[in-house]
Amino acid sequence: MRSLIDKCCDECKHSKETPCSDYVICRLEGPICHSDQVCAARRRELLVRAVPQPGFGWRKVLVCGGLTCGSAGAFGLLHVFRGEMERQGLGEEVSVALSGCMGFCEQGPIVIIEPDKTFYRRVTAEDVADIVSTHLKDNQLVDRLLYRDPQTDAVCPTYSEIPFYRSQMKIVLEHCGFINPEDIGDYIAAGGYRALTKALTGMSPEEVLSEVKKSGLRGRGGAGFPTGRKWETARKATGKQRYVICNADEGDPGAFMDRAVLEGNPHSVLEGMLLCAYTVGSSEGYIYVRAEYPLAVQRLRIAIEQAERCGLLGENILNCGLDFNLHINEGAGAFVCGESTALMASIEGNRGVPRIKVPRSTEKGLYRQPTVLNNVETFANIPKIITNGGEWYASIGTERSKGTKIFALSGKVRNTGLVEVPMGISLRKLIFDIGGGIKGGRQFKALQIGGPSGGSLPEDMLELAIDYESLTGAGAMMGSGSIVVMDEDNCMVNMARYFLNFTERESCGKCTPCREGTTRMLETLERISRGEGSLGDIPFLEYLGGVIKTTSFCGLGTSAPNPVLTTMSYFRSEYLRHINDKRCPAGECVALRQFVIVTEKCTGCGACSFVCPAKAITGKKKKPYRIDQDGCIKCARCYEVCKPKAILRR
Amino acid sequence: MNKNAAPAVEDPNLILIIDRYRGRPEQLITALLAVQRYCGYLPENVMRALAKELRVPFSKVYGVATFYSQFRLRPRGRHLVSVCLGTACQVRGGERIYRILKREFGVRLGGTTSDNRYTLETVSCVGACSMAPVVVIDEDHHGRLTPEKALRMIKKYE
Repeated sequence: MRSLIDKCCDECKHSKETPCSDYVICRLEGPICHSDQVCAARRRELLVRAVPQPGFGWRKVLVCGGLTCGSAGAFGLLHVFRGEMERQGLGEEVSVALSGCMGFCEQGPIVIIEPDKTFYRRVTAEDVADIVSTHLKDNQLVDRLLYRDPQTDAVCPTYSEIPFYRSQMKIVLEHCGFINPEDIGDYIAAGGYRALTKALTGMSPEEVLSEVKKSGLRGRGGAGFPTGRKWETARKATGKQRYVICNADEGDPGAFMDRAVLEGNPHSVLEGMLLCAYTVGSSEGYIYVRAEYPLAVQRLRIAIEQAERCGLLGENILNCGLDFNLHINEGAGAFVCGESTALMASIEGNRGVPRIKVPRSTEKGLYRQPTVLNNVETFANIPKIITNGGEWYASIGTERSKGTKIFALSGKVRNTGLVEVPMGISLRKLIFDIGGGIKGGRQFKALQIGGPSGGSLPEDMLELAIDYESLTGAGAMMGSGSIVVMDEDNCMVNMARYFLNFTERESCGKCTPCREGTTRMLETLERISRGEGSLGDIPFLEYLGGVIKTTSFCGLGTSAPNPVLTTMSYFRSEYLRHINDKRCPAGECVALRQFVIVTEKCTGCGACSFVCPAKAITGKKKKPYRIDQDGCIKCARCYEVCKPKAILRR
Repeated sequence: MNKNAAPAVEDPNLILIIDRYRGRPEQLITALLAVQRYCGYLPENVMRALAKELRVPFSKVYGVATFYSQFRLRPRGRHLVSVCLGTACQVRGGERIYRILKREFGVRLGGTTSDNRYTLETVSCVGACSMAPVVVIDEDHHGRLTPEKALRMIKKYE
């Protein structure tokens, strides 16, 4: 028994061909079929090594292997740790593993030491020797790598003391960052596949369905359709094959929660899909992943391969008669494929073009057969619901939106990263308590929630409690849960133009309102941001936006005007400044800004001339420089580097 | 293999790739991705061969290849520089980095420098929003960039 998933001795008869229904429970509490002190002791050791508990002496160094930490150097840290531990003579009581995303991306690369819960931030290869000798050998903390609360300046040695983590409620992300995503043994040690065992051995498909319905879980992909109802329709529909599809085509710019779940805890998604397959009676499943997420694809492949080897995917799973095969489909870069019918068209090898939704895909979906399509986060919720019961899940959240939701915080917020909070929390709490407020002490201006389908909300909407209905009521949308924070330096007209540019490009071209309408809206917005707008443009945009919303074919078109309509209603004065005064108050609209050097303030250091990519700044050292307005490309580099603040942006 | 010359359809490795999907029209996208991974782009002769083997009309292969943004119909340079223009990168100045790189390379969107060193593309979001603005070069993600850092970094890719 080298790892938890292996046979303990020859008594164990579990294999892919001869599955044992007690396999998962046996790993945790076994051996069940025979009694052997050695086998039991070996299990306990492997369990406590995978998920260390205080008092047993085993410790685990977890290096964050999320993309942000990884690119900042964490991928390399693993080897440095191994080498250093060997050099300093540490035995096998300490292990090192790469985990999934720990969420607090701003502080990366992050290293956590369990079971001490120690949280080290911005760890570089040079710090490793210190962590090994001071922490692992001498049991002292490495002070300089600990997190300090910027508000109180208090040192937070463990992650549970950090405000960013303290206010969260982790259900889907509970193990993400604390287990090795490339080892199914870690997931099982953390209680994984228990829900599947519980359902397969003790619950009928109807009972599983009733728990999911009781939980009130709604689709986390954006539209918020009740998951239980979707499963029920697919279960009742007739067809020779039923399909389960996981939508991992996370196309919303600014959203990275699905990526984190797939990279940090892929087995939770697999288990959710298995439970769905059992409920609706499916034997074929697909995971449709964006090609832009190569690491997620790689970890999913490993997860599927390991689950198949353990007999948790394939035929006669856990000897309960469930057959389920899972395939990975890589997307090829089309935002519209996040729409369910377009996604199915893409799996079938066609252009990702949506179709009209009667019949619904739960009745005639992939290959015209009943299909359940859910988002990554939705599936990852399912095992928890089955383990703890639907009522437990329904006790979290608001009246109509249950459970928790993961949000991806980015933009000008101080603590960028992933947060999981109960539904109903206020936006202010999310941005200012967990997110730590705005970077660089600037003024909050707006937040864009729900990506290009969502809307921009101003400061006086911050008290809004987050749920599906309240956001839709405000003109925004839950979407996948991306939140991009903007400060006073961001222009809302430019933001609206940016989103429309995105949807215009990504429109599949099937229906006219979306294809032509977004193009016309974009042209109008571009005119405004060039200072060529007229007062008639505002009612025109409102009218056209309304037409696109009501007449488009799929969700992409019906939500595409949202960013424009919300910015026009909440930030109308900015539009008027662009139209009437030909000025961009935030200074972001390139055509409307001008950079000039204030002669009195210029010290003649020449820094601006040095960085100017257009070589449009001329002058002699120690004499005031000047900008040639015809050559200036308005990139603002000079404005940023000028120490005496002698460059004026207007 | 030389990524500039159009590969011959007789290339044994290519035949092996196409063979895997013979007669399976639903595998078209996967097959195209595999071809592109091998050739660096989608040459017309290979697409025609693929159409024949998968038993789909060439018009459909071309339709799919031009619909999805990942597919390229022209050879790319030695290094693929993708500037992320996702919302978070946009808010933190990604567009400026794109403009600077475009100027530095002297190419348009999707263009390749005359020395065949870089191909410049944009991507809607790579999901690395915490380290915005991001540029992905080949497989490496570079984050928290400024125009200077970006210009310095591309020099490392020969």
